[in-house]
Amino acid sequence: MDVNPHTDSQDYQLDEPLAPKRTRFEEFWRLFKQNRLAIAGLVFFILFFVVAIIGLSLTSGNDPVLDPAMVRLQEKLRPPLTKPNFERLQPDEVPTLGVYVFGTDDLGRDVFARMLQGSWVSLTVGFVAVGIAIIIGIFLGGIAGYYGQRHIRINQLIAGGFLTAGAVLLITDLIWAGAVFLLCGLACILLSYLTKKSARSRTKPAWTRLWYFNTISIDTLVMRFVDIMLCFPSFFLILTVVALLPASIYNIMIIIGLTSWMGTTRFVRAEFLSLREQDFVAAARALGLNDFRIIFRHMMPNAVAPVLVSATIGIATAILTEAGLSFLGFGVPPPHATWGNILSDGKRFIFDAPWLTFVPGIAILLVVLSFNLFGEGLRDVMNPKLRERQ
Amino acid sequence: MNEINSRNSTILQVEDLKKYFPIRRGFFQRVTSWVRAVEKVSFIIKGGKTLGLVGESGCGKTTVARLILKLLEADGGKIIFAGQDITDLSEAEMKPLRKEIQIIFQDPYGSLNPRMTIGQAIAEGLKAAGIDNRSETQQRLEKLLKMVGMSPAGIDRFPHEFSGGQRQRIGIARALSVEPSLIICDEPVSALDVSIQAQIINLLKDLQEQLNLSYLFISHDLNVVGYLCDRVAVMYKGHIMEYSPADELFDNPVHPYTHLLLSAIPDSERSDISDMNTLGDEPANTLNPPAGCSFQDRCPISEDRCAQSEINFEKVGEDHLVRCWKTAKHGSYQFFS
Repeated sequence: MDVNPHTDSQDYQLDEPLAPKRTRFEEFWRLFKQNRLAIAGLVFFILFFVVAIIGLSLTSGNDPVLDPAMVRLQEKLRPPLTKPNFERLQPDEVPTLGVYVFGTDDLGRDVFARMLQGSWVSLTVGFVAVGIAIIIGIFLGGIAGYYGQRHIRINQLIAGGFLTAGAVLLITDLIWAGAVFLLCGLACILLSYLTKKSARSRTKPAWTRLWYFNTISIDTLVMRFVDIMLCFPSFFLILTVVALLPASIYNIMIIIGLTSWMGTTRFVRAEFLSLREQDFVAAARALGLNDFRIIFRHMMPNAVAPVLVSATIGIATAILTEAGLSFLGFGVPPPHATWGNILSDGKRFIFDAPWLTFVPGIAILLVVLSFNLFGEGLRDVMNPKLRERQ
Repeated sequence: MNEINSRNSTILQVEDLKKYFPIRRGFFQRVTSWVRAVEKVSFIIKGGKTLGLVGESGCGKTTVARLILKLLEADGGKIIFAGQDITDLSEAEMKPLRKEIQIIFQDPYGSLNPRMTIGQAIAEGLKAAGIDNRSETQQRLEKLLKMVGMSPAGIDRFPHEFSGGQRQRIGIARALSVEPSLIICDEPVSALDVSIQAQIINLLKDLQEQLNLSYLFISHDLNVVGYLCDRVAVMYKGHIMEYSPADELFDNPVHPYTHLLLSAIPDSERSDISDMNTLGDEPANTLNPPAGCSFQDRCPISEDRCAQSEINFEKVGEDHLVRCWKTAKHGSYQFFS
């Protein structure tokens, strides 16, 4: 290669980018459209969303348009699409649509109204549980991925131990002992702060070497905790916790969220480990940006793709878990309808009134399937290696 | 551009820099051996000048760059920037100095964040330099892009819409955004094709003149180094083998390894030492190096003495140091063949 020394700055072309401007989203959408099943999943996903929101507005309040709790004992176990017997019903007992779209159950309640009410439960359980799981997952995965190679030192262990012991003693009303332990913890922190400088210099005294001795790495700590959590079969873990806590829809959401963050943590950690070594992160560090900015502005946007995919599939799993819990009677308490407890109530009449099991069953199947198909379509689009094949 | 970089004052001095990477094995991750990536590297960069750091892949060039940027902690030695020892500075103490030393990377694809428009990417640097005002940011962005020969029209585009050469220019603009006095160019043209290489090199040269920048130019291409650099340090397995002004190195190379590198230039007339190319052509192994000279197993003129004691720098001319006792004593390697 021979460099031409006569080129001067005037010769630099002010080049225009030639490719038409296309945002990332447009690119994704173009590829996503090619996947018919994923499109079907997306359409059903939106439909489910709309139905759940409409369902919530129609079935809630003091005088709902469609009352899921209206008991009509004279109209029990009516098959779908039958007209109500107007002579035997009070005017306000007549269903608003004038027909039992999905029939009635053993108490004469309108299954259509109950399904609508249940769809909102499924939707919120899915999104809130996965939301909790993702927040925990991103937080722990980010720590393990970005700070993972740092070690927890002896002084931190000692200070942490003192502070925890102090707090526990304070809670158990041993004020004096607690205060002493807390002070010891604070003294440790102060000592570490004061000796920070000497610990970094090359000629450190022997005692600082012990004081700053590395124990386990943060990565090991977080990831082994993930492994421990994964050891429990999650459904039985949830069952145990649900048995101890009062049954409520919020408890269910939180518990499902707290037991399903492990996958996200692993994804985020893996992404962070590879991103941390990228040149653009090194450049950001060289510019002197702080860790917070590097993590959230430079690394996180590049790490969310697999998280998004696992979240979509996670929603399906959460809906299924909630339905399973309700079916077993551990879920949302009775007057409130969910797809799981409609299914569970209906199983006694499976031969007399099969619609009571089939309607919620098929609804769960369709929603879970659509989320899975959508999630897999999303994964294919966001994975550059798979994209090249198309 | 700034007072640190006044001509002929030392801007960066590196003394006996050392970096060993541990190799961990087994269940308890015990350290079984060390990779001696950088061993006793010393050099000086004067204000407004360019030092070339040359060597084959894996010889520790990039590690030196990362050590100077404090992306890695040095295991020994000193890094003195503008009179201040920065070797043991903490992240917080380093912060005001961060913007003085910037880096340009080899891979134009990995060096830009794929999720940020180039405007955003460069604005990160402006923000770090304390420019928060929106209109001023915009103004500076356009100025920077023009400075590196890009049209400001591309400001809202993403890196994947640009070619390799354009991305390299964007990377340079990002480095310039904080008005540094020293730029470490880590093989900035190795991933580009030849015609683009010339453009980028001329751009770097022009910028040096305009802004009075100092460069640490890392490369394995001696042609580029000869064109751009004032001084050259030849590196092999973590050691600097020869350190001299650029002209002197090309006219009067002393160390056998320098000869090997010069003979590797495709259209080189130095075919006189072509036999070296076939000698011990294994990749540099920095794990458990033998005692003495690190080049001994590939060197055609090595003797027993090369393996016995540590080889120190010998002075062979004005400002010309070489880590080879034999060629220093008897003159250039050429006399042996």
